[in-house]
Amino acid sequence: MYVMFILMAASLTASLIFLGAYIWSVRSGQFDDKYTPSVRMLFDDKKRPKKTEPDEISGANDEEKS
Amino acid sequence: MAIKFDAYQAEQDLRSQETELACFHCGEQCPDRSIAIGEKFFCCNGCKTVYEILNVNELCEYYEIEDTPGISPKTDIVADRFSYLDDESVRSQVLEFSDGSIDKVTFHTPAMHCASCIWLLEKLHDMDPRVISSIVNFPKKEVSISYKREEMSLSEAAALLSSLGYEPLINLDTVGKREQSSAEKKLYLRIGLAGFAFGNVMILSFPEYLSRVGDVDPVFKMVFGYLSLLLSLPVLLYSAKDYYSSAWAGIRSRTVNIDVPITLGIGMLFIRSVWEIVTRTGPGYLDSFTGLVFFLLVGRIFQQKTYDLLSFERDYRSFFPLSVTRKINNVETSVPVSKLLPGDRIVVRNQELIPADSVLLKSNTLIDYSFVTGESDPVTKQAGDFIYAGGRQVGTTVELEVIKEPSQSYLTQLWNNDVFNKPRFSRLNQIVNQVSHYFTIGVVGIATVAALYWLQFSAETAIKVFTAVLIVACPCALALSSPFALGTALRIFGRKGFYVKNTEGVEALSKVDTIIMDKTGTLTENQHETIEFKGSVLSTKEQQAVRSLTKHSTHPLSQKIFHALGAGSLRAVAAFEELSGRGLRGTVDDCVIMIGSASWVQLTQETQSVEDMKTRVYLRIDDEIKGYFLIANTYRKGLRPMLATLASHFKLVLLSGDTEREKPTLVNLFGKEDDLYFRQTPEDKLNFVSKAQEAGAHVLMVGDGLNDAGALRASEVGVAVTDDVSAFSPASDAILTGDKLNDLDSFIQMSKATMSVIIASFIISILYNVIGVGFAVSAKLSPLVSAILMPASSISVVVFTTLATSLRAKMMRLT
Repeated sequence: MYVMFILMAASLTASLIFLGAYIWSVRSGQFDDKYTPSVRMLFDDKKRPKKTEPDEISGANDEEKS
Repeated sequence: MAIKFDAYQAEQDLRSQETELACFHCGEQCPDRSIAIGEKFFCCNGCKTVYEILNVNELCEYYEIEDTPGISPKTDIVADRFSYLDDESVRSQVLEFSDGSIDKVTFHTPAMHCASCIWLLEKLHDMDPRVISSIVNFPKKEVSISYKREEMSLSEAAALLSSLGYEPLINLDTVGKREQSSAEKKLYLRIGLAGFAFGNVMILSFPEYLSRVGDVDPVFKMVFGYLSLLLSLPVLLYSAKDYYSSAWAGIRSRTVNIDVPITLGIGMLFIRSVWEIVTRTGPGYLDSFTGLVFFLLVGRIFQQKTYDLLSFERDYRSFFPLSVTRKINNVETSVPVSKLLPGDRIVVRNQELIPADSVLLKSNTLIDYSFVTGESDPVTKQAGDFIYAGGRQVGTTVELEVIKEPSQSYLTQLWNNDVFNKPRFSRLNQIVNQVSHYFTIGVVGIATVAALYWLQFSAETAIKVFTAVLIVACPCALALSSPFALGTALRIFGRKGFYVKNTEGVEALSKVDTIIMDKTGTLTENQHETIEFKGSVLSTKEQQAVRSLTKHSTHPLSQKIFHALGAGSLRAVAAFEELSGRGLRGTVDDCVIMIGSASWVQLTQETQSVEDMKTRVYLRIDDEIKGYFLIANTYRKGLRPMLATLASHFKLVLLSGDTEREKPTLVNLFGKEDDLYFRQTPEDKLNFVSKAQEAGAHVLMVGDGLNDAGALRASEVGVAVTDDVSAFSPASDAILTGDKLNDLDSFIQMSKATMSVIIASFIISILYNVIGVGFAVSAKLSPLVSAILMPASSISVVVFTTLATSLRAKMMRLT
């Protein structure tokens, strides 16, 4: 039955890692803004080629989208 | 015959006529097709400029995320408007962080409103390589910008935002806010630790719960016991810290607040557990201990509801601008307001605030004091006149000489009153603390009697019983009922546009018996006035001529008439002339048009009637007096039934800074003549509230301007009414959106209902305590009973209060 001690140590270590992760997330400010990241992740991060004709850009974007 | 115009209606009509031509940038309707790039039309050059900036930087994706997301930038931008930010003392206050090569600053930009805004503001580095990164916090409408210090100045960063239409709002009250977020972080950490310990200790206690089934190895018991103890230590030392200090503060002021029995319970739980574990006589109550702290902290976080966008702590400093244009030897520089000295010459432009008491040097002007004194009409000032700080200058640019430092001005003196230095709520008055007083005495009494009884059998049992009573009677459920009930009410109010600062505010609201109202901006709407024309009918041509003439004047009345006359093409105006305080004259299509006061149009006999409570602007075309425009403040809709309902429950008082001219209307609205006071200074209002309180009244003050600040602060509940929640509102306990003023009575009734829910939940939690104490005095309180009873009572009280409060809200149609 003393093998229980190994299991306990393992479970405690796992939970301590999660506690550590939680403390880090609070400290680094992840709970400060609960809305903006949900919008930010939906933006396409596309690298657009350099254009010289400014007026064609919006049209060019449409092509990229399709 | 009378034509009735409504400024807002006219604007709406205009929109529906020409919907097809919306500005590509901001979506506002374009006046014509003159400003365009290709097939894209713009309402103004500002919008076109922003489009061009974005286009050049290949950031037109901005327009794909949302339709017409832009904000029209202000066109009258002064080049060095932000230069005061480079002043070292201002810079160090505004900057969040600086490490030599990188500066970080957070700007509040109220114009931010959609996903496109987030996208664009986080792409600033594509537009200006000196910007390293920018991160948006949308709920707070803030953007944090990091930039290279050597290449860019703070003023340039602000100007960059401004050029895109996101005018940063800089004032000094944004500085203190960061502490609040660190307090919230601490609470999150405390809950996290307590929850972690609670879960693990529960698992470690599990064999003990089953110990009746089979024997547990004593080695396991010992190891589990010490492990639990280790896990509970951070809970004791860190998570529950606030309760000790609050209980200690209570005892020192000779009162028993709710935290005293909580601390007693927590302390007894821990000491008894340590003793049992060390002497190996039992498993201890550490699962109950950690669970208790965890539930209490959850209640605490539920109680808090922060409205990121709102500020309840504003004073005159956040009302006044941070900078002003100072003129020395004809050179204009932008300086921080705090550096103004008597004798300085300052330049104040149209729509800017007068930052300090000063004397007008050149030209006549109009000062709008409506926000400061409650007077609804602008006051005419002539060169040499003394001008109090806080007025908004309307008209042409003027020069002033500062007489007093900004902090010493007439208006800011109000903040030196004692009420601003007192703590807001006395915790003693809270219902929980009143109950806990008797509760604690009762519990300690029972524990002592029970211990004395058991002492005749065995001293050990007596100690056990004494501690067990204190443990089981720990008022966890009692402490949770009021945060959850009040917190629920707070959220319901928030959804309905009534933002209460904290749960104490909801509680105070339930005790109100007197309601004091302000007039200007509270009962009336600031930007909503009716304009009627009385006299002979105006032809379209005449209307257009009048509109063309009024367009040339910045006088607020001219502007109102201009907007009321709605659409139509503008004519050329010749020989335009404007005399401050009198009127306008000009020639349109060979007709001489005069608009202004009765004497200006040379009206000989003026007819007086009831309508003369309202402002009249006379119109004369050539030699004929056509009639007059009647301009009146509009009262908010549904005031009469609202005031009638309130009057049936409360004593109603009106304190207005304005003159008596609208008294008949108000007597009509209030249905009585007493308790309507006019020409009240800010001090008068404050003293009125204090006097009513001395007479035993619980006062709810409803106001909107700086002149109400003292009264709002002195009253039990100060409610600031505002039509735009991100705009300035004076320090208060609650902010109410203007269109929700009619629900005020429901809000107060709801807070009363919430208090009865709390009392009901007190009875439930005391029932639980009676059961627990029954186990305890008979020396039968096993850790298992405690571990079941404690969470069961807490959770059922939480469920009951939350559901009952929501149900009451539903019955009142508040959800």
